[in-house]
Amino acid sequence: MQAIEFQNVGFFYRSDEENGETKKNEVLRGLNFTVEKGSFVALLGRNGSGKSTLAKLINGLLVPSSGKVSVFGLDTADKKNLFEIRKKAGMVFQNPDNQQIASIVEDDVAFGPENVAMPREQIKISIDAALKATDMEKYRYSEVAKLSGGQKQRVAVAGAIAIESEILIMDESTSMLDPKGRKEVMDVIKTLNEEKGMTVIDITHYMDEAAEADYVYVLDGGSIRLHGTPEEVFAKKEVLRACGLELPRAALIAEKLRRAGVPLSSSILDNESLAEELCESLRKN
Amino acid sequence: MLGDVTFGQYYNAKSFLHKTDPRTKLLLLIAYIVAVFLAKDFLSLATVLAFLIIAIIFSSVPLLSVLKSIKAIFVIIVFTFVLNVLFHVKQEGETVYFWVVTKEGLLSASFLSARLILLVTGSSLLTLTTTPVNLTDGIESLLKPLALIKFPVHDLALVMSIALRFIPTLANETDRIISAQKARGADFESGNVFARIKALIPVLIPLIVSALRRADELGDAMDARCYSGSKQRTKYKKLTFTFRDVLATLFTAALIAGVVILNGCNIAVLA
Repeated sequence: MQAIEFQNVGFFYRSDEENGETKKNEVLRGLNFTVEKGSFVALLGRNGSGKSTLAKLINGLLVPSSGKVSVFGLDTADKKNLFEIRKKAGMVFQNPDNQQIASIVEDDVAFGPENVAMPREQIKISIDAALKATDMEKYRYSEVAKLSGGQKQRVAVAGAIAIESEILIMDESTSMLDPKGRKEVMDVIKTLNEEKGMTVIDITHYMDEAAEADYVYVLDGGSIRLHGTPEEVFAKKEVLRACGLELPRAALIAEKLRRAGVPLSSSILDNESLAEELCESLRKN
Repeated sequence: MLGDVTFGQYYNAKSFLHKTDPRTKLLLLIAYIVAVFLAKDFLSLATVLAFLIIAIIFSSVPLLSVLKSIKAIFVIIVFTFVLNVLFHVKQEGETVYFWVVTKEGLLSASFLSARLILLVTGSSLLTLTTTPVNLTDGIESLLKPLALIKFPVHDLALVMSIALRFIPTLANETDRIISAQKARGADFESGNVFARIKALIPVLIPLIVSALRRADELGDAMDARCYSGSKQRTKYKKLTFTFRDVLATLFTAALIAGVVILNGCNIAVLA
């Protein structure tokens, strides 16, 4: 069974016009895709491309206007499924300040487990594991307000995985962080994906994050314009640019170097492979 | 500027008072307030002060943090003091002293100010030694009987804990908005009281708008974390009474007894 399945999904907001007619404000249309369990999927798109709407469709915060979204076979349109779906699909939002309900880290992480009526002993085990996985054990009794942005987002990740969810939706969760905070959060997410088999949907406009995903979807104007492995997607830079996106920084540098005559392959997407190939070509000369 | 909102802020430590059950602390705080109002002279007020000092020692909260809470109501204290000095009415036979600074006036004003200070510092000791979650858990537990008459105890507790959680966030936000408006040439310092209050409107409106936006996002975040009201929810923290609560209760009972006895002596002496 697929972790997430979108079948011909469309979404529109109704906006009331003055002359009594309702106008459809279409955000998403004709979306068809599946996400395999345990994969790391990046979803790219410029502002207003419908990324966040798509994220909210996954865990039933929004219900599709047409088509069907299912999580582990459960239809999000059925209200009875919502509790189960949200238990399986945790979500981390954009603003680090607007997600914690308790003042102390430990109490906040306990919120989700309390909601799903986990027994007390089990909650403690869950919190221990979630704080360990997010490397926040040191801050267990700290005040949320006194943490950095990256730490707050890690608390949000801990809160999401404490209910033993299998899918983690990152809705532009790194966009308000500084580079250090972004790295902290991404490291945690990648470890969760690799070691615990967590399915990750990373909605972002940082190309460097997408370069490290297993699979990339590019959303533009409410539908999927490009999809494939990062290599496949970033090879089509003209389409990407038409969608308002750029190549990852390492790929941009490689492109410029190639143009200047340095022999580099076109598959370079991250800093490591760029450094490797540069060293290689230096050794040859 | 607003960053040091001490009132309502938790001071992290592991003291006797920190470990006391929040329900005990809440009830004993009420008892303490009663004692402050029962005290009729300086001697019994001194007893209350002695009690407070011992409580502060047992809380291991630095004295400065406790005293910071006075800052918040400093204006009120000064106002009360001045009014009491000036408007202390004392009849002596036919003569009524009014608008005159008398020894009695000064004494009664000091007495009232001391009462206020004791009230605020005592109350702040509760929030300094109790995490907001514990505090709301305590209130929820104490109010539980009201759930029988369909009073939404759980929701109230959650609202309180969220409010406490967002005090520092909104305080920072206010600071930021004030700076932003100052950068645009807003003037918050000059003019009379009314002009200054009016100058705050461009701060309050963005603050309210942003608070509503935050509330919207927080609602989504709560939904995403499976929140569905108080139905079939477990609690991570369990409140349990220990010997500490017994000791604290006995100690507070001694305070009340002391104040009552001192009051009684005083009356006896006067009679």
